[in-house]
Amino acid sequence: MHRTGDLYGQFQTLEQQKETAALGMWIFLVTEVLFFGGLFLTYTINRMAYSTAFGIGSNTLDITLGAGNTVVLILSSLTMAMAVWSAQVGKKKLVSIFLIATLGLGTVFLGVKAVEYKQKFDHHLIPGRSFDMKYHPTHPMPGDDPKELALEKKEVEEAFAHDPDINAHGQLYFSLYFGMTGLHALHMIIGAGLLVWLIKGSFAGRFRPQYNTPVEIVGLYWHFVDIVWIFLFPLLYLIDRHR
Amino acid sequence: MIGTTLTVWAAFQNFGPFNIVIALGIATIKAALVVLYFMHARYSPHRTQLVIVCAIFWLAIMLGLTLADYNTRPHNMQPGEGRLVQPVPSHFLSV
Repeated sequence: MHRTGDLYGQFQTLEQQKETAALGMWIFLVTEVLFFGGLFLTYTINRMAYSTAFGIGSNTLDITLGAGNTVVLILSSLTMAMAVWSAQVGKKKLVSIFLIATLGLGTVFLGVKAVEYKQKFDHHLIPGRSFDMKYHPTHPMPGDDPKELALEKKEVEEAFAHDPDINAHGQLYFSLYFGMTGLHALHMIIGAGLLVWLIKGSFAGRFRPQYNTPVEIVGLYWHFVDIVWIFLFPLLYLIDRHR
Repeated sequence: MIGTTLTVWAAFQNFGPFNIVIALGIATIKAALVVLYFMHARYSPHRTQLVIVCAIFWLAIMLGLTLADYNTRPHNMQPGEGRLVQPVPSHFLSV
């Protein structure tokens, strides 16, 4: 393809090229909205059908880690927006700094997610043969708060009295939890790969006020992933919180 | 950038007792701020804004019509428990 510097042959100006790229990215994001929308819909329908199981499932999640991760991800969106801004005003060094900060915050998010997943493995809350919502309250782990644990035990017992199939319905909750957060994490990993590519480009001084389309496009993607989490967090972590 | 401070503040507001409507309302405000300012939707060409509106529109169709369907069909197949006394036609989904 004919190309003059950063301008591809089919475009008149860099501005036109950038607007076209942004439009294409937005259309991709529409498909992503509907893709995640389908999962949110599945979640809503199942939650309406099995609200007891979904409620105690949600209460087993660590709200401190979840809220902390929300802050981390919103901060990473801020640094990403700052990277786009730096590229637009031509501060080449700041672009690299903000991109690295974004990558760092994204990695922190994934690390915290890994800690949360490990906790669920330890508590026998992975859908499958050993899934048991009664396991954790009766098998305390080191570092557990006994008061919290007693509350959890009481809650699980009440839930079993109310819905004897709680282990089956609880698996639905955790299947959706791992499916949705897992897909979100996969998007973050792809985003981290794109950031590494951008950081390499920023070290080479590729992004200038006239041409910063890659930073802007990856920025759109990164903010979208942030938005998915903004909705996942209240739906998965906060739904039945009354302690 | 002021919006970011607000979103972080809103995230911390979630710790108190609240209901799902407040939680999702805050989430929607946060998402709207991210779309409008971080994603530059406010300063985008009209055709990009049209794409964004379309996304919300199709999402609303998918969520609205599916939930309307699920919430108005009789799903309860267990005899004696639900409102259904007559046999359920086979095309009704069982949940």
